[in-house]
Amino acid sequence: MNKDTKTYSAAGEVGSILETRSTFTRLKIELTKAPLTAKFGIFIIIVFVGLAIFAPLIAPYGEAEVFPEPYAPWSSNHLFGTDQIGRDIFSRLIFGARNTVGVAFATTILAFLIGGALGLAAAINRSYLDLFLSRTVDVLMAIPQLIFALVLLSIFGSTIINLIIIIAVLDSTRVFRLTRAVSLNVVVMDYVEVAKLRGENISWVMRKEILPNILPPLIAEFGLRFCFVFLSIAALSFLGVGIQPPTADWGSMVRENASLIQFAQYDLKAAMTPLLPAAAIALLTVAVNFVVDWFLHKTSGIKDEK
Amino acid sequence: MHPVVKTVLERLGLGLATLFFVSIIIFSAIEMLPGDFGQAILGQAALPETVAAFRQELGLDKPAYIRYFDWALGAIQGDLGTSFSGRNASGADRSAEVVDKIAPRLWNTLFLASMAALIAVPLSLILGILTALYRNSFFDRSVNTATLTTISFPEFFVAYILILFFASLNQIFPSLANVDPDTNFGERIYRTALPAFTLTLVIVAHMMRMTRAAIINLLASPYIQMAKLSGASQTEIILKHALPNAWAPIATVIAFNLAYLVVGVVVVEVVFVYPGVGQLMVDAVRTRDIPVVQGCALIFAVTYILLNLIADIIGIVTNPRLLHPK
Repeated sequence: MNKDTKTYSAAGEVGSILETRSTFTRLKIELTKAPLTAKFGIFIIIVFVGLAIFAPLIAPYGEAEVFPEPYAPWSSNHLFGTDQIGRDIFSRLIFGARNTVGVAFATTILAFLIGGALGLAAAINRSYLDLFLSRTVDVLMAIPQLIFALVLLSIFGSTIINLIIIIAVLDSTRVFRLTRAVSLNVVVMDYVEVAKLRGENISWVMRKEILPNILPPLIAEFGLRFCFVFLSIAALSFLGVGIQPPTADWGSMVRENASLIQFAQYDLKAAMTPLLPAAAIALLTVAVNFVVDWFLHKTSGIKDEK
Repeated sequence: MHPVVKTVLERLGLGLATLFFVSIIIFSAIEMLPGDFGQAILGQAALPETVAAFRQELGLDKPAYIRYFDWALGAIQGDLGTSFSGRNASGADRSAEVVDKIAPRLWNTLFLASMAALIAVPLSLILGILTALYRNSFFDRSVNTATLTTISFPEFFVAYILILFFASLNQIFPSLANVDPDTNFGERIYRTALPAFTLTLVIVAHMMRMTRAAIINLLASPYIQMAKLSGASQTEIILKHALPNAWAPIATVIAFNLAYLVVGVVVVEVVFVYPGVGQLMVDAVRTRDIPVVQGCALIFAVTYILLNLIADIIGIVTNPRLLHPK
C-alpha cells in the first residue's frame, strides 16, 4: 500500500485490500477477542476431548488392570494411587474421560435428534400432532427427571444402552419445547410458505428452510443440555445405577473411593483421590458453561444491561 | 365468577389431570416388566405354583385398568402394596408393606429438605434482591461468578468438599448423618447440618440468579420508570410498586427450587448415608424392587406437582391485574 502523502488516494487504499478472510482467520480473530473465561473453557474442552480420544495412548496402565496393592498412596508408579481393588486411579481417570463424556455426548445428540425432529414437526404441523406432543411433554416434565430415570432404570436394568436411551428420551422433552418455540416464529415466514406451496415435503422444509434459522439458540442449548445430561449421568453412576463397573467412570469412581476422605488428617493426598473425578466433572461443566455464555452473548447480540 | 376464583379452579383441575396421568405412568412401570419377572424375583428354584401364586397376588390375572384403579385407590388410602424383597423360592413371604418402609423415612427426608429450605430461601431472596439493586457492581459480579460455578458442580462434589473440610480435617460436624427416631431435636439438627448445607449451596445459586433476573426484568418495566420519574424513593418503588408484581415470579422461583430440592435430596442422602426416602429409592432401584420404587416415585412426583401448583396459585391470587379487574 502506498502511504506516501503526496500520491495517496483513498480509492487506492480501499482497492488494495484484496484479501478475503477465510473462516479460519475469522475464527482466529473471534477467539482472540473472546473473554478469558471463554478461552479457558475452550482450552479445557480441547484437553478433555484429547484425553478421551487418545486415552489408551496417554494412560500409563489399562482401564481394568489390577495391581497387588489396593489403596496404594500417591507415588511415581501410581500418580494418584490405586483404588479399592488396586486399579491405577490416574489411568481410570483418563479412560473415564472417554466413557463418561462419550456417553453424555451420545445421549445429548440422541436427545437433540428426537426432540429437535418432533419439535420441528409440531411447529410445522400445528394440528393434532402438535397438541398431542405438547401435552405428552407437559406430563413427562411433571415428573422430576432423576426420579423418572430411576423408575425406568429399575424396570429395564442399568446397561449403557438403556441409560443413553432413557436419559435421551427424558431430556428430549426440553429440546422439544425449545425447538418448537423458536421455530414457531420462523414457520410463519413467507419463504417457508413459498417452499410449502412449491410442493416441498415436510423433511425439506424442516432441514433447508427452518433449521438454518433456528441453529444459534439450538447450539447454545446443546451446550447447556450436555452439561445437564453429563451431571445426570454422573449422579446416576454415583448412585450405582448408571455406568456399571469395570467400565471406568467418574461418577462411580467418586463413590468407590469415598471412604478415603475420612483419612484426610493422616494423608491429605489420599483423601483428595475421590475428589479428583468429581473435580473433573465440575471442571468440564464449568468450561462448557463459560463457552455457552460467550456464544449466547455473541449470537443473541444482547449486551449486559448497563 | 370472580376471575381469580376461576383461574385458580382451572389450575387445580389441570393439576389433578397431571397427577392422574403421572400416576398412570408410574403404575405402568410394572406393566413394562418382562414376562418372566416372577421367576427373576423368586429365584430360579421357584416352583411353578409359587410363581403362579405370586402373579395372582399382583393381580396379573386381571385386566390392567382394574389393577390401576385398585392400585390408585390403595395409594390414596395409604396402601402402596407389598415389597418384592424378602420373598424366596419356597413361597415363604417375609416381605414388608411398602408404606411401613417409606413412612419413617419420609419424616427424615422432609426434615432435611425443610431445614435446607429454611436456610436457602431467605438467603437467596436477599442476595437476589441485593444483586439486582446493585447490579454490575463488584459485589454483583463476584456473587454471579460464584453462583455460576456452584451450579456446574455435581451435588456429591459439594458434599465431599464439605466433608473434607468440616468433618475430616476439622472434626466440627459428623460426616455420616445417621439419625433414628430416638434422636432428640438438637442432636438431629447437628447431625443433618452438613447435608443441609450441601443442599443449600446447590439451590441458593439457582434461586438467587432467578430472583435477580425476575427483579431486573420488573425494574425495567415502564411503570417503574414512571414511579421513578414522579420522584418516588428507592424503598417506596421496591415495596409499593415492584413487590406486588414480584410475588408471582418469586413464588415460581421458590417452588421451582424446592422441587429441585426433592431431586437433590436423593444424591445427598446417599452421600451422608441419611435414612431418607431418596436412599430407599436408590436401594430399591438397585434390587429392582418395583413396588418400593413406585411408592417413592409417587411421593416425589406428587410433592413436585403440588409445589408447582402452589406456586401457580400464589402467582394468581397475588396478581394485581387479576385482583382489580377493569
